[in-house]
Amino acid sequence: MTGRVSRAVALYVGLVVVILAIGVATGTPYTTRLLTEAAAYALIVLGLNIQWGYGGLFNFGIMGLLMVGGASVTFISYPINDKFWHSDGPMLLGHAVLAAGLAAIIILAARQAQRIGIKGGWRTALIALAWFAGYVIFRSQMDPATVYIVKNAGFVGGLGLPVVFGWAFGGLVAGAIAYLVGRICLGLRSDYLAIATIGISEILRQLIKNNQWLTRGTLTVSPIKWPVPLPQDYQAMGIDTQTSLILARGGFFLVVAAVVAVVMFLMIRAYGGPWGRMMRAIRDNYISADSMGKDVTARQLEIFVLGSVLMGVGGAILVSFTQIFDPNSYQTINHTFFIWVMIIVGGAGNNWGALFGAVFIYVIWLMSEPLAQALLGGISYWSDHIGWGAIPDIESRSLQMRVFVLGVVISIALRYAPRGLIPERAQVER
Amino acid sequence: MDQLIFFFNKVLIAGTVLGSIYALGAIGVTLIFGILRFAHFAHGDMMTLGGFVAFVLAALLAATGMSFPVPTGFVVLPLAVVITAVAALGIDKGFYAPLRKRGAKPVTLLIASIGVTLMIQGLLRLFFGVSTRSFFEHESKSIVRIGTGWLGGTRDITFTQPQLLMIILTVILCYALHLFLTRSRLGKAMRAMADNADLAQVSGINTALVVRVTWIIAGALACCGGTMLALDVSLTPDLAFNIELSIFAAAIVGGLGQAYGAIAGGFLIGFAETLAVFDWSVVLKPFQGIIPFEITSGLSLVPTEYKLTVSFVILVIVLLARPTGIFKGASS
Repeated sequence: MTGRVSRAVALYVGLVVVILAIGVATGTPYTTRLLTEAAAYALIVLGLNIQWGYGGLFNFGIMGLLMVGGASVTFISYPINDKFWHSDGPMLLGHAVLAAGLAAIIILAARQAQRIGIKGGWRTALIALAWFAGYVIFRSQMDPATVYIVKNAGFVGGLGLPVVFGWAFGGLVAGAIAYLVGRICLGLRSDYLAIATIGISEILRQLIKNNQWLTRGTLTVSPIKWPVPLPQDYQAMGIDTQTSLILARGGFFLVVAAVVAVVMFLMIRAYGGPWGRMMRAIRDNYISADSMGKDVTARQLEIFVLGSVLMGVGGAILVSFTQIFDPNSYQTINHTFFIWVMIIVGGAGNNWGALFGAVFIYVIWLMSEPLAQALLGGISYWSDHIGWGAIPDIESRSLQMRVFVLGVVISIALRYAPRGLIPERAQVER
Repeated sequence: MDQLIFFFNKVLIAGTVLGSIYALGAIGVTLIFGILRFAHFAHGDMMTLGGFVAFVLAALLAATGMSFPVPTGFVVLPLAVVITAVAALGIDKGFYAPLRKRGAKPVTLLIASIGVTLMIQGLLRLFFGVSTRSFFEHESKSIVRIGTGWLGGTRDITFTQPQLLMIILTVILCYALHLFLTRSRLGKAMRAMADNADLAQVSGINTALVVRVTWIIAGALACCGGTMLALDVSLTPDLAFNIELSIFAAAIVGGLGQAYGAIAGGFLIGFAETLAVFDWSVVLKPFQGIIPFEITSGLSLVPTEYKLTVSFVILVIVLLARPTGIFKGASS
């Protein structure tokens, strides 16, 4: 017991030393940025820890949920677009909503077909037909509306509300989507669930990218506000650039760290309590948990939604920190697999492990670029020296080195520390 | 008639090519699942790897100044297949075999395959950058035209030479696989192991050899599929990663562990995707009189950007309606 705790403490102390060393080497503004983003990733990893660590649910759709969070915070906190509200746009959108309602009524009515004696295959065919008809009705209203909005107003703009509402809204929307996804997919076996969630995240990406009227798509939205004063605000008060960056990013970091701390506290409490025990029972043997009267499907849906809410909030925080929402910058590798490496290396099922994994992997991710650059530069110098010529575009190549390093790290972790650096505690019931 | 030929050119040929590529990928996924019981996520990247191996070989061959009647990509394919199969064996030896020996759960192997995905992607991007490459930088894609005057049409049936070769190659490969699985001793052992690994082992089947052969076949087919995709479209490091979902959908729809199912699933998904994004306006034009609405161009079931949704929707419907796939697949 004490051995394990001291190991965890040693790892955290080591991490702090590494971050301090980076701070000395690269300067405080860069380190505050590192810490803030690492804290946002920590929130996302905690969300995955609920899903995978507590509940054993595969979620490969993290990227989609992060994008949803980002789009939500943009929608809530971006200034109001008067051009849109003074055009026919809202009315056309209203038509589209009515069409969607009509489509829903048709589909629901078709599902009741057995009442008038249409059964079996005919009912299925009717429902399929109803879906098709509903889809056509909806598209017939939606397509002109989107074209009109993009042409006359650019996009719908935002609501101009404080950023924190945007974060909450991001969590809410991500949770709602997770609820729908969970209703459809949670009955699937683990590897099927992985494929299905990858598909969903890809669809979410395409939706957000191509619905230009709502998210401005690839034209990107910026700047998005911060919950704390921006560096520019401090500079306006006459503070020099360095200090303003530290003050502003430090303030942002404190806000995110507070969110992470609250979530950590709640999660550790929940994990130790009856709820956590029940979740672990379902994860380890859902058949016996089911036979003990636990509603397995409902509980799994619950953790899927809870975890996704955290991911949505985390995605919103990341976007508001970088101040720009660019659907093109999202990639499965950087946003889904990255988070998975964090949880596997840190230790699934252990919140301290998840937190450690998030910060540790983020540090590796950031640091492997300059290190690879130095390495490639060295090789290039050597190969140039012996007449093989220098390596072309070292900068862009060393950027790609990060992906390789991630792969190596997760492979080593699976081989030598399969349960993570700070593994889940085996529970001893007293 | 012209509309029919248009349909043939746009849907039948494109769908067959896409279906062939999906089928070749899905066979690998399904065989690995049948024998080793885990979803091999790095399979798409093995396809990309095969594509790049073929690309490098083709570039080397082109540098010697030789020219061939068929695209260089096809000339070097046998060698590329061998290299990729060896790479697949190496990946198994280095990353999956140690975990299997420890008795790790299939889920752990799945996560390990993500690590392999990251490494392959990282290496490919490190060496080749993220730019788009084409096999046809130095040679032209010859186009086959078949006149349809004898059918009363004015348009030609057109397809590229690589497309024709791809379809022929896929047919040959599928038939060879069929012969291997049904006639050869090793193929039968493979099917036995897919059905029941323990029983196969106690009845004296060399399971280690079967595992090796599985990786060789999977790697070889992945290389063919990846090279074909690169020949048909273009080569980027995230090439096959983008069709990963479609490949898995094909394998699952066909029933995981069922090689024939994977072929059927591949073509099903390929055609469904092509049909869904097909612009129906040209075909429907002659029927303007009897259709109640006006036909505008861009009349497709789903916009092209949402092509992936199609395979996803099929996947979910099949999983909900028939969880073991259309050919009853293994359920571990």
